[in-house]
Amino acid sequence: MRDPVQATKGALIELHSVTKTIGDGVLTTLVRDIDLVVNSGEFVAITGPSGSGKSSLLYLLGLLDVPTSGTIVIRGQDATRLSEKERAYLRLSLLGFVFQFHFLLPEFSALANVMLPMRALGRLDDAQMRKRAHGLLDSLGLAEHAAKLPGQMSGGQRQRVAIARALANDPLVILADEPTGNLDTKSSEQVLSIFRQLVAETGRSIVTVTHDLALAARMDRQIHIVDGRIVPAD
Amino acid sequence: MKLILDIAFTHVLARVRQTLVGMMGVAMGVGFSVMMASLMEGSQRDFVAQLVDSLPHITISDERRSPPRQPAEDVYAAVEITGLRTPVIRPGIRNPFALMASLETWLHGAVAPSVQSRAVIRYAGRDTAANVIGVDPRREALVSKLPSQIRKGTLESLYKSSNAIILGDKLAEKIGARVGNTISLASGTGQVLSCTVVGLFHSGLSQADESQSYTLIKTAQILAGQTGLVNAIRIRVGDILGAREVATRIEAQTGYKSVSWQEANEDLLSAFQIRNFIMYTVVGAILLVASFGTYNIISTITHEKTRDIAILKSLGFTERTVRRIFLVEAMLIGMAGTAAGWLLGFVLCLMLGTIEFKSPFMDATRLPLYYTPVHYALAGCVAMTASAIAGYLPARKAAGVHPVEIIRGAS
Repeated sequence: MRDPVQATKGALIELHSVTKTIGDGVLTTLVRDIDLVVNSGEFVAITGPSGSGKSSLLYLLGLLDVPTSGTIVIRGQDATRLSEKERAYLRLSLLGFVFQFHFLLPEFSALANVMLPMRALGRLDDAQMRKRAHGLLDSLGLAEHAAKLPGQMSGGQRQRVAIARALANDPLVILADEPTGNLDTKSSEQVLSIFRQLVAETGRSIVTVTHDLALAARMDRQIHIVDGRIVPAD
Repeated sequence: MKLILDIAFTHVLARVRQTLVGMMGVAMGVGFSVMMASLMEGSQRDFVAQLVDSLPHITISDERRSPPRQPAEDVYAAVEITGLRTPVIRPGIRNPFALMASLETWLHGAVAPSVQSRAVIRYAGRDTAANVIGVDPRREALVSKLPSQIRKGTLESLYKSSNAIILGDKLAEKIGARVGNTISLASGTGQVLSCTVVGLFHSGLSQADESQSYTLIKTAQILAGQTGLVNAIRIRVGDILGAREVATRIEAQTGYKSVSWQEANEDLLSAFQIRNFIMYTVVGAILLVASFGTYNIISTITHEKTRDIAILKSLGFTERTVRRIFLVEAMLIGMAGTAAGWLLGFVLCLMLGTIEFKSPFMDATRLPLYYTPVHYALAGCVAMTASAIAGYLPARKAAGVHPVEIIRGAS
């Protein structure tokens, strides 16, 4: 696998005056005129009250959504000008998502779920994919759960499988939306330490949305959002 | 592609009951279509086979399509000629043996002449009108089923005595004649012949059995007073479907009206076309209804799987891939249903084939069924196309799912 730190020093994702509005008649502005740079090796927290637009910002960062105006540049490439297919490819190869709800496919085993993005990307052969998926599950302490279905695992285990899946294609940036929101304290700590380890050891960037200010305080950088705008932290 | 198949298989197998219902819908559609097609085409082919079997393929008769020109018309360039007495032209095909010999030089098949005449048959004071048909026993065997219909004696028995005759069994019963009796025939021209009954036949057609009799050509010619003429030449050809062309050629060559079995049964054959149209409409309707089931199931699956679709798309699956997954699911249901339908259709045909019909007027018969891969392929193609369309609409909708909306709603 490539070394993401060596390959890309500096800015990974840049947002330039990004605005997103939804609705046909009555327009609702989710995020307004955001300028933001996510550098490599950063552990960023996006905080803010409910409905402040922090999740919307994360979806924009993750190319799940396209902005109404402004540009999103990923590794020097203007993502707003790409087709649906090209954006899907960037998500597949460069980005990893972890959501509040685990979002595993219920009919597939933990191993199969982790292998899904690799199979979609198709860079490795079957044996390599299997080996890598096992390795990822191992590193997250799930070695003996590889063959289980999501329904047979606890919430914390599922969330760790989801993290393993997010790491499947060795992404540059992991985007997490309240990754600990549904977990107990112990599991939350576990997830957080995994994230910290990833940043420290592999130099990946992690952007996490959370409403938990105590949690956010433990990250490298905090971005506070109110009513769709970045406001300076108090 | 393997990934698409994998996900599609998993989805379909995870919903065994729904999948089975959808499969059964398609299977019933395919099965009943196959059965219908087999029955319809079977009965049609059976009918044509009987028609072709029992009747000559081409009949050359002594009629002409247009009346022969009067000699006066050839001599004078007149618009209309009145008051002429038209010459009597004796009906009949002249010089039949030369004609037959010339036909046999290029025709692949058998040719047999016959003479049609009518007479009153009288025996022991009872009499009845009958058709007396003069045939050539050796040639007749090649163009008609008469030899197999003879119940007493053989067709060759006609050679046994100078004026031999074979009667329909009901005709013989009517006048009380038996084999060996001598009956008398009186024709319209005043000829009276004494004939020896040498055989009886039973064709199954009561009209023929009650009023027909067979003699040698020579005997019938004497009776009708038309020595050297025959009334019809019947032909059986090797290539049944080419009969129309052969008939046209014969007519052009001889000038006599020559009718192929297709021309003689034109109305029946065109009725078959309507029948076929009805059949394919019904079959199409059955399959259409079955495909609605598939549409329903794929719709339900996509609806239930909205969240999975959102996940796949957030992971970086393209719309095309998602669309394909659900299209493949529909095709899987369609394929499984088609395979089951083929089996169902075949079994239904076998079962229908065992039903026996008993009727007082005919021998017991079974339903005529026609087995051909074409029916199976046709039903399969329509079912697969219908499944593809039924799957495509929900699949397109699934591919259009916006992951953000779903993820937002779920978390």
